[in-house]
Amino acid sequence: MSLLARFTHVANNYGKATALGANPFKVRMEKVISPTEAVVNGRPTTLAGTHNYLGLTFDADCIEAAIAALRQEGTGTTGSRVANGSYSHHRGLEEELAEFFGRRHAMVFSTGYQANLGMLSALVGPDDHLVIDADCHASIYDGCKLAGAKVTRFRHNDPADLEKRLRRLAAEGGNKLIVIEGIYSMLGDEAPLREIVEVKKKYGAYLLVDEAHSVGVLGERGRGLAEAAGCEADVDFVVGTFSKSFGSVGGFCVSDMEGFDLLRVASRPYTFTASLPPSVMASVRAALKALQERPELRRKLHENAALLYGELSRSGFTLGPVVNPIVAVRLEDPETAIRFWNGLLERGVYVNLALPPATPNGWSMLRVSVSAAHSAKQLMHIAAVFRDVAYDLGILEMPVRAAAF
Amino acid sequence: MNGSIAVAEAGYDEVLRDVMTFLNDQTKRRYEITESTNMARDLNLDSLAVMDVLLALEDKFDVSIPINHLAEIQTVSDLARTIIDIKKG
Repeated sequence: MSLLARFTHVANNYGKATALGANPFKVRMEKVISPTEAVVNGRPTTLAGTHNYLGLTFDADCIEAAIAALRQEGTGTTGSRVANGSYSHHRGLEEELAEFFGRRHAMVFSTGYQANLGMLSALVGPDDHLVIDADCHASIYDGCKLAGAKVTRFRHNDPADLEKRLRRLAAEGGNKLIVIEGIYSMLGDEAPLREIVEVKKKYGAYLLVDEAHSVGVLGERGRGLAEAAGCEADVDFVVGTFSKSFGSVGGFCVSDMEGFDLLRVASRPYTFTASLPPSVMASVRAALKALQERPELRRKLHENAALLYGELSRSGFTLGPVVNPIVAVRLEDPETAIRFWNGLLERGVYVNLALPPATPNGWSMLRVSVSAAHSAKQLMHIAAVFRDVAYDLGILEMPVRAAAF
Repeated sequence: MNGSIAVAEAGYDEVLRDVMTFLNDQTKRRYEITESTNMARDLNLDSLAVMDVLLALEDKFDVSIPINHLAEIQTVSDLARTIIDIKKG
């Protein structure tokens, strides 16, 4: 039997997804022009599926900082921090992150995915319990596997369900670490953090919040859901990424936990991988500065999210439950979602196609991510193209007024 | 574990019956479910759907079934045995 034979069912689904038009998993950005524009298949395309929340990928300060670091310290570190040492940017970035979050410790990882792998695998062991929201990201599930702890899921955003499961585990030994996200990437909904904190305290558990989609987005200072909900002191670990609001790549964790620094040798996804290149860290440091000094970016982001959400909602689309920069459009089935996604791309709008099993409740969705860099005109255009495709596919009925033309 | 071997043991038949009833409800009786039914292959359940079945069974049997057990749960029989093993402690 071929090594890849066990992926037969994946191949079937993959075949179905690619048979209806462009390959959704292999979109080639032939030329990226700005945070919101690219050329795809020779066609000028509006980007609305890149999670570039603050639009900092082309920020002049971030680019200049990266160029300066590149010239001063070279293209890469060629190894791990344990083996090759920490550059000034590693420590500088960690100090600035700790200060930004008001925490004693910060640790930087090479990707957001590795930040979850690195934290979960080191924080708990086989005698402990991870209690995770059912809709957590794949990196959290993979971190659970690496941790070897016993893993219990609780129903998405349901503190009563979390409590029920912690009660069942109460008699068992070991530490309990609850893992949730700030904003969930599929529907754009937020965790009921205050209620979860209450349950956490009642059962003496620890709490890790992955704020990948909420840092730079939520909170007065952009520190994420924990800040917005007023419960930062009760969140033991905040994990995040530099690949969304920060416009680059990398991940981090901040905490006040005693002995946190031990993780630098205990966390294998931190210890045994090449560290971030200086240019990446320099751009992230500039982005962190922008995030703090330009709150107008966050205001614009939310204005933009409200504009697009309102337009699509009024048009009759079924959307995620909360107005956030992730606007999830729910469609009937995978085939409709794939046809819809192709229709958008053919008309120069790029969004994310999200299909089961990567989606909650087996839903088929198009995930639109709004940026502070989108103009109102671009967002109105995106909404108009959504309507056009929906009329074409017979999902929405064309208004009589428009049909008369 | 092998779902084709029916071993008479305390509670097995009862748990198996409950699991089968539960899976029949979940899959809206579209399949003929037996103890050797493979959940992923025969019931067309993806990895997430199998985890959701576990989630619901935890409530039905008031037991905690860590998803670490998933690797060893292929058939309906495996599932019933896992629940019994966990219940025994």
